[in-house]
Amino acid sequence: MATAVISTERKNYINAEYGIRSWLLTTDHKRIALLYLLSITFFFFIGGFFALLIRLELLTPAGDLMTADMYNKAFTMHGQIMVFFFLIPSIPAVLGNFLIPMMIGAKDLAFPRINLLSWYIYVAAGALYIYCLATGGVDTGWTFYTPYSSLFSNTRVVEAGLSIFIVGFSSILTGLNFVVTVHRMRAPGMTWSRLPLFVWSHYATSIIMLLGTPVIAITLVLVVLERTLNLGIFDPSRGGDPVLFQHLFWFYSHPAVYIMILPSMAVMSEIIPCFSRKRIFGYTFVAMSSIAIAAIGFLVWAHHMFVAGISLYSALVFSFLSFLVAVPSAVKVFNWTATMYKGSVSFSTPMLYAMGFIGLFTIGGLTGLFLATLGVDVHVHDTYFVIAHFHYVMVGGAVMGYLGGMHFWWPKISGRMYPEGWGRLAALIVFIGFNLTFFPQFLVGYLGMPRRYWQYPPEYQVYNVLSTAGASILAVGYLLPMVYLLWSLRYGKPAPDNPWQATGLEWRTASPPPTFNFDETPEVTWEAYEYDTMPLPDEVTLER
Amino acid sequence: MFDNLPLWPTAASSHARYEDWLFLFLTVVSAAMTVLIFVVIAIFAMKFRRRHGREATQIEGSLLLEIGWSVAPLGVMMLMFVGGAVLYFVMRTPPRDSAQVYVVAKQWMWKLQHMEGPREINQLHVPVDRDVELIMTSQDVIHSFYVPAFRVKQDVIPGRYTTLWFRATRPGTYHLFCAQFCGTMHSGMIGEVVVMEPRDYQAWMLNAAPSGTLAQSGMTLFQQLGCNTCHVSETQGRGPVLKGVFGNPVQLDDGRTVIADENYIRESILVPAAKVVSGFKPIMPSWQGQVNEEQLNELIAYIKSLSPAPAGEAVTSGAPGGTAPPPPAQ
Repeated sequence: MATAVISTERKNYINAEYGIRSWLLTTDHKRIALLYLLSITFFFFIGGFFALLIRLELLTPAGDLMTADMYNKAFTMHGQIMVFFFLIPSIPAVLGNFLIPMMIGAKDLAFPRINLLSWYIYVAAGALYIYCLATGGVDTGWTFYTPYSSLFSNTRVVEAGLSIFIVGFSSILTGLNFVVTVHRMRAPGMTWSRLPLFVWSHYATSIIMLLGTPVIAITLVLVVLERTLNLGIFDPSRGGDPVLFQHLFWFYSHPAVYIMILPSMAVMSEIIPCFSRKRIFGYTFVAMSSIAIAAIGFLVWAHHMFVAGISLYSALVFSFLSFLVAVPSAVKVFNWTATMYKGSVSFSTPMLYAMGFIGLFTIGGLTGLFLATLGVDVHVHDTYFVIAHFHYVMVGGAVMGYLGGMHFWWPKISGRMYPEGWGRLAALIVFIGFNLTFFPQFLVGYLGMPRRYWQYPPEYQVYNVLSTAGASILAVGYLLPMVYLLWSLRYGKPAPDNPWQATGLEWRTASPPPTFNFDETPEVTWEAYEYDTMPLPDEVTLER
Repeated sequence: MFDNLPLWPTAASSHARYEDWLFLFLTVVSAAMTVLIFVVIAIFAMKFRRRHGREATQIEGSLLLEIGWSVAPLGVMMLMFVGGAVLYFVMRTPPRDSAQVYVVAKQWMWKLQHMEGPREINQLHVPVDRDVELIMTSQDVIHSFYVPAFRVKQDVIPGRYTTLWFRATRPGTYHLFCAQFCGTMHSGMIGEVVVMEPRDYQAWMLNAAPSGTLAQSGMTLFQQLGCNTCHVSETQGRGPVLKGVFGNPVQLDDGRTVIADENYIRESILVPAAKVVSGFKPIMPSWQGQVNEEQLNELIAYIKSLSPAPAGEAVTSGAPGGTAPPPPAQ
């Protein structure tokens, strides 16, 4: 029998069952993570395609590549796809899903079937969004500002709004699953103070998902109802308030930035100790700063509205709180940097991404201070300065973290090593391409170029050309890992259980792990990040 | 010098200089911080790179350092906070004797009404060294009035008035952008602000001025619409006397007191029942849909002119009257 041959091979979550049904009906958190990986990668490339269109249009000052309406749809759908269908689910739904149960010594998440349900909800929402895109798309900007979205736009606002309403439930269920899992499923000895910081950060993320997502869901329903039933909530001619929408929208969408960046910080807190061979500097402060970010992050939303006609005094309060939320982020950066001190640092691919992350996130965070400074924000608000700032955080930060994490855990996920040389090269290309794309946007933003402009005065062209050139380099940097990671699935060297000699529980089981993660429930008797007890990784297994 | 590579935007308003200094301060602090982090990472990465025979030294952390690198940045940030707040406070507080210009934004056009009467589209002429306050509303979606050279920006919102003020310090022609996405031709909703020497401005005003001031147009409209049948000028009619109302507190029939500003007058015309003056019956009909935004501005300008010491006149003070030369070619 053919199966006799296979059965000699060690069973793991990938070869435990075969066939499309075994994937689509799986309740294994690791398989669901892979389903998410495929779907978010799909959306990443669609969103990236729109980014490409934007950059090509902006190569010249005149609106010449596409019509104004097409351009407006391109940046709208770039933003909505990247935020709601890529960045928000990226690290939590893929790496978090895959790793959290293993990191705490559990067999699975607390609600495996709800976990599968959340993926199906994501897919349903994604399908609706694709329908919206295929039938003409939407042009409101990713922010859906009223009354443009509710009364004026002739595009598919209802479909887009409903799609993002639906995908929110996927987020809520994932967050709920993580919170319950971390509370109830930890292995014996895995106390809160022994939790990997990856888990702490995801715990903070989950709380934001649970508390924030319902607000945007309701807000988008209100927009949809206003369009379909003429409610008049945001319509000033009927006593509605268009600015109310902005409060509701940013009440979620500012914390959503932390949904995107906290998981990336989670990845950093694993990679940096491992490649420095050191316990993380200031464990408690790194853990608590995640909670602080989640908490204060809910109180800063109106810094998106300093020129929207809010009262002078509320602007003062929101400006102050926005400075305050920068402190825990700074604390993390300092602690990661200090972790390298007197370490034994190696420049493996994940560590290159981590060092890139610290640098870019530092720039992204510091430029955030400009936007928190009231008088300066008045000038740079809604210009390319803001675009540059949030791309430094969401791409320089979140995507660098995602790629670093994908490389770090790739041996565990796939059971194969990726080619280290290619990995380092791609990390370098991403770093250079990213800076060339987005740094010029700070300059052109301060000069006054507004965002969402299809055509622009010619004196801004030099910066736009640099930016477009950078984007093409960045595209290569993103395509490379796609190629060599897929290549490694077939040709990569088989990965040992713990190629990096990392301390986490996920490295104390097979690569790839068996369906229930551990042959027997582990008992934790050690503190987190005890790198002095681990041998150095055998460099020979790492280099191909 | 850098014709194709501008590095710094023109600074042409009293706000701009302060804002540039603040921005420079933030840039220097941020650059220092970024360089510090990059250099420290580079040093650590080189000095502590993995070598044979050398192990990492385990360090738990340091409470002193944690407190230090939380408090010190917060201290620097408080400087930024105060600097930004002071500028914002100044920007949000128009001087009392500012010249006033009404702005109506629509997809995709700026319409401007000077108190003296001239109207403009996508162009705003102002004299140099004069405080100018814009009273702005939109007749459709949210727009945003943005003049990079002045470092000022304010969203323009349908259904209410927002204001913005500046004092131009340098004659010239500057970009006016719509900064809030407003639909198809958002990027075409641009114009220019022309800052002129007082004498040139005076000449332009004479050339552009139609038959009457904005308040006079408002008075004509006030009579055409029949407002004066109830709002009688001196004695009490069915509606309150409007003389001296603007800018002063009004006692409402539910006991509240409101200041009669632009937003209140607007609401009282469009939704009269919302805030009824104490002692009057809610009998006034709504004018929603019957007067457009520009006519509303005329009516408000008229009602303003009925109050003593009206703001927003004498834009041309300090300029020689009457005999100024014609405006320079644009």
